[in-house]
Amino acid sequence: MKISYQWLNDYIDVADLTPQQLGDKLTEAGIPVEVFTELNQGITGVVVGHVLETRQHENADKLRVCTIDAGTGENLQIVCGAPNVAPGQKVPCAVVGSELPGDFKIKKAKLRGVESQGMLCSAKELGMDVKLLPKEQTEGLYILPGDAPVGADIADYLRLNDVVMELELTPNRADALNYRGVVYEIAAILGREVKMVEEFNAPHATPTPVTVKIESDNCTKYSALVVKGLTVAESPLWLQAKLLAVGVRPINNVVDVTNFVMFELGQPLHAFDLSKVADDTIIVRQAQDGETHVTLDGVERTLDSSMLVIADPEKVIGLAGVMGGENSEVDSNTTTIVLESAYFDPGTTRKTGKALGLFSEAQKRFEKGMIDQGMITNALLRAALLIAELAGGEVVGAPVEVVKAAAEPNVLDLTLERVNDYLGTEISDDEMVDVLTRLGFQVSGFKVDGAHRVTVPTRRPDIVRDVDLIEEIARIYGYDKIPATLPQGELIRGGLTPEQRLRRHVRELLINSGLTEVITYTFQSPAALDRLGLADDEQLSNRLALMHPMSEERSVLRTHMLPSLLEVVEYNRNRKTNDLALFEVGRVFFPDNDPAQLPTERTRISGIFTGNFGPVGIGEKPRAVDFFAVKGVVENVLAGLGIDGVTYSAVEMASMHPGRTADIWKGDIFLGYVGALHPEVEEACDLPPTYYFQLHLESLMQAREGREVTVAALPKFPAMERDIAVLVDVNIPAGHMLGTINSAAGDLLESARVFDFYQGPQVPAGKKSVAFRLVYRSPERTLTDEEVSERHNNVLEALKAGYGAELRA
Amino acid sequence: MREQLQGLKEQALTDLQGQESLQALGDWKVKYLGKKGELTAILRGMGSLSAEERPVIGQLVNEVRDELEAAHDEKEAAFKRAERNKRLAEEAVDVTLPGRAVPVGSEHPLNQLIRDVEDIFIGLGFSVAEGPEVEFDYFNFEAMNVPKNHPARDMQDTFYVTEEILMRTQTSPMQARVMGEKAAEARAKGQQYPDPIRIISPGRVYRRDDDDATHSHAFMQIEGLVVDRNIRMSDLKGTLLTFAREIFGDGVQVRLRPSYFPFTEPSTEVDATCHNCGGSGCRTCKGTGWIEILGAGMVHPSVLEMAGYDPTVFSGFAFGMGVERTAMRRYAIEDIRGFYQNDVRLMQNFKSRM
Repeated sequence: MKISYQWLNDYIDVADLTPQQLGDKLTEAGIPVEVFTELNQGITGVVVGHVLETRQHENADKLRVCTIDAGTGENLQIVCGAPNVAPGQKVPCAVVGSELPGDFKIKKAKLRGVESQGMLCSAKELGMDVKLLPKEQTEGLYILPGDAPVGADIADYLRLNDVVMELELTPNRADALNYRGVVYEIAAILGREVKMVEEFNAPHATPTPVTVKIESDNCTKYSALVVKGLTVAESPLWLQAKLLAVGVRPINNVVDVTNFVMFELGQPLHAFDLSKVADDTIIVRQAQDGETHVTLDGVERTLDSSMLVIADPEKVIGLAGVMGGENSEVDSNTTTIVLESAYFDPGTTRKTGKALGLFSEAQKRFEKGMIDQGMITNALLRAALLIAELAGGEVVGAPVEVVKAAAEPNVLDLTLERVNDYLGTEISDDEMVDVLTRLGFQVSGFKVDGAHRVTVPTRRPDIVRDVDLIEEIARIYGYDKIPATLPQGELIRGGLTPEQRLRRHVRELLINSGLTEVITYTFQSPAALDRLGLADDEQLSNRLALMHPMSEERSVLRTHMLPSLLEVVEYNRNRKTNDLALFEVGRVFFPDNDPAQLPTERTRISGIFTGNFGPVGIGEKPRAVDFFAVKGVVENVLAGLGIDGVTYSAVEMASMHPGRTADIWKGDIFLGYVGALHPEVEEACDLPPTYYFQLHLESLMQAREGREVTVAALPKFPAMERDIAVLVDVNIPAGHMLGTINSAAGDLLESARVFDFYQGPQVPAGKKSVAFRLVYRSPERTLTDEEVSERHNNVLEALKAGYGAELRA
Repeated sequence: MREQLQGLKEQALTDLQGQESLQALGDWKVKYLGKKGELTAILRGMGSLSAEERPVIGQLVNEVRDELEAAHDEKEAAFKRAERNKRLAEEAVDVTLPGRAVPVGSEHPLNQLIRDVEDIFIGLGFSVAEGPEVEFDYFNFEAMNVPKNHPARDMQDTFYVTEEILMRTQTSPMQARVMGEKAAEARAKGQQYPDPIRIISPGRVYRRDDDDATHSHAFMQIEGLVVDRNIRMSDLKGTLLTFAREIFGDGVQVRLRPSYFPFTEPSTEVDATCHNCGGSGCRTCKGTGWIEILGAGMVHPSVLEMAGYDPTVFSGFAFGMGVERTAMRRYAIEDIRGFYQNDVRLMQNFKSRM
């Protein structure tokens, strides 16, 4: 909302404050003012000049030599290039010594040999906002009204010595979308008097000669009043200047007044040419489906039954609260108008405007629902009287008012204790009453059960509960006076849930393993799975889609982290970072079978590796990441979470290398998988060998369930270590052999692990060597060589029998 | 024999001085002190001595032996020291060369900030509550006092999935969810009133915005909610002052400015003194000395009511902060997209997690 400082001073005396000072006060009270615009962009000494005569410049076709009376005592000779200059005009004249915006100082000059004692100006040269002026006023000189006083300061005359403040209003403060609301706010803040006239009377009591019928619940009140015998013309300068200052284009003296009153009092108004309204009858009704109507902007609109229209018995003549119709428009031939002032349903106005892509100043006010229902008829009278005055017409009788539902002022009870308990303040009763009164609220002189009875003026329909009043009091009293305390109440234990702790710990483990944490978008392209060879995966390709995505690239909710991480890898590789180890703890979304239910959101811990990975010393060669480096990271994470007894089993799955991928299990809980990307995926993404793992947070939680850390007593008797190295076929998983070892070695086996592995020229083709280290121990005694040898033998036999293993020397 | 011993001693000591290696020193020891050495040879000649002389000479022999051994040991220690020093000198490395780098990862700056904020509030007795990113319109809007067609819906453009399901536009629906759950628990247990609440709720939210330097279609918020009997607006101020001092430093002041959110009344923007200039006014704070850090307010009675908390018994405050905006300020990052592009060259700045 733009507020002209000059205009504001018509209603409240704030001339002793600078706009900046007033703006700061408003900001503190909850209406931020950050933009202050000087309308005078730097004009000094420019005056109204009278063009006495013009003649052609002897040396230039496009220049004219003008004789100007600028009130300086002697006529000036000024060379002018504007095509529209003509004798008799009043124009802005920048005399020698004056200045124009942009630090442009006017000096005596010679143009093509002819002396020029100044310059005649266009609106643009005066620094005016030409977008709002009629076209003919922006081409060439700015032609002033014929009664402009010669020699008058142009900035004074055009009312440019003004500052416009831009109020940033929150949606609840639509009451301040007009001067009246702002004036009450300022009056409350400063404790000053409102000088505004808010009540107007009709000249005669006879009802105005129109019939109004409301046929929809979406209009609760409609007032109409006729003004006849008027002449539509340009508005006087003061009115145009006021509208220009707040960014409204002046049109004519009828439309301008309706806009002026809307800005002054907050009530949107509309004027119909009464001669174009059939039977002098106005009907407020819902549109019919498919009904068409040409709005003021010349566009034919197709309506539907959700829209509210103004009609006569034959046709639609306007869209209620949104835009008037071309067929009832006030034009230069209009002599009789009917003015409309009404309350239209906010939601209906909003929806109609949205559906038709329209957004007018009137609509902005209606859709906030903050129209002062007590002002509807007053604003109508204000406008009708002013139009009659400016356009030479006559107000015909008294307004016709049709009321479907009367709006009563809200009455609220409020105790001082409630206010102070809620704010933590020590405001006194007098202070409280004073603030409410300054805001224009009526406070009863008596109390009911210790409570003040507060009557809220109808211009503040946002105040409906006691807390709304408390906010008003706090705002004006000053938020800065609220002390700082801490909640009293009983202590509540805070902290993280087990899942939150686990997530933090996983992230810590991964970061300490050398991975960089990333955060990626959850919206993906529908094609994201295609190049992974997962397009046919039923679970992954069943994705939730946005109704109105910003782009196809971000239009579905991800079911898989891999495409997100691949995007990050590609982004970094494009920037020449080729060694990458990244992870994200992120959400994936699986739609519910019932579309009315929310999707299942799951948390995935996913990592991706490409290029080199691992410690590198000076003079050492970096190591390309491989399966075991990545599996090592996964093993570390699982160990760090206390999840033991984890098994890995080779798996073939789309998107992953068939020989280098393992599912990760704890018993029958599937924890995730780890492996190399399928070479075809790498090719599609132009990647060197790349590895990926994915762990499912919910499964990790489950795998940890019931876990307790118990520390076994340290052993009292020595262990006996035995190694066994065997040759087996390459396709035999070491993990399987370990299982066999564990069962064959019996109860004296404390632990067994793979400690060496070889495959290559030192062993026969198709064979590999695997070495295990077995630790035997008894909790009760020192073991003898014989008993260990016997068990160790069993192990060898079992490996021979189970896998055709040969003992390696 | 005395002279003989004295002579041997002197000769041995002189000889010792000439020994230049551990090896030679060993030979010297064998020569003078060994089983077949010269001192032993003298000892063998003791048989010819009288009974009175024998103990005297024996004593003397021992003294000479001790003296020679001591001289030998000293010399040997010196040799060993010298040898070790030589070896140590050879073993010296260039300590200014880099170490064998164990790869160090980094925590994403947004998560780092969230963790810090969580820890501060946990210290104040808060729990962390999390909820779905795909949310019912009801929780996101209606339960937050924003019915359909409310003008406040203009403030945030929404990604809808169906007419009733959307990508949450704020973390505020967690207020309604947590209160609703507590109220349901109380009903199930037959309690007259639900339990008080102190939570913060970090998470991702979505707005239909074009991504540019200051806008992102997805970003993070941290919501806070305190509901109890007798919660006052001054408690909001005190809690957020404590928070601001924890995160921005001890000297920080906060200021409340009236504002509007549909789900709080009164509503306020919370400013902290500018971290850059300390409040004197600079470019960062546009000369005001203050920086907006979050939005807050007293929980609107309608919100309490809808969630099952009686507003005549309970009151509360809520706040919400933008994580990216705070992180951008904290780390002087100028483009919000940087958080989601994950350029590791940028991320590596966050190796230190303090």
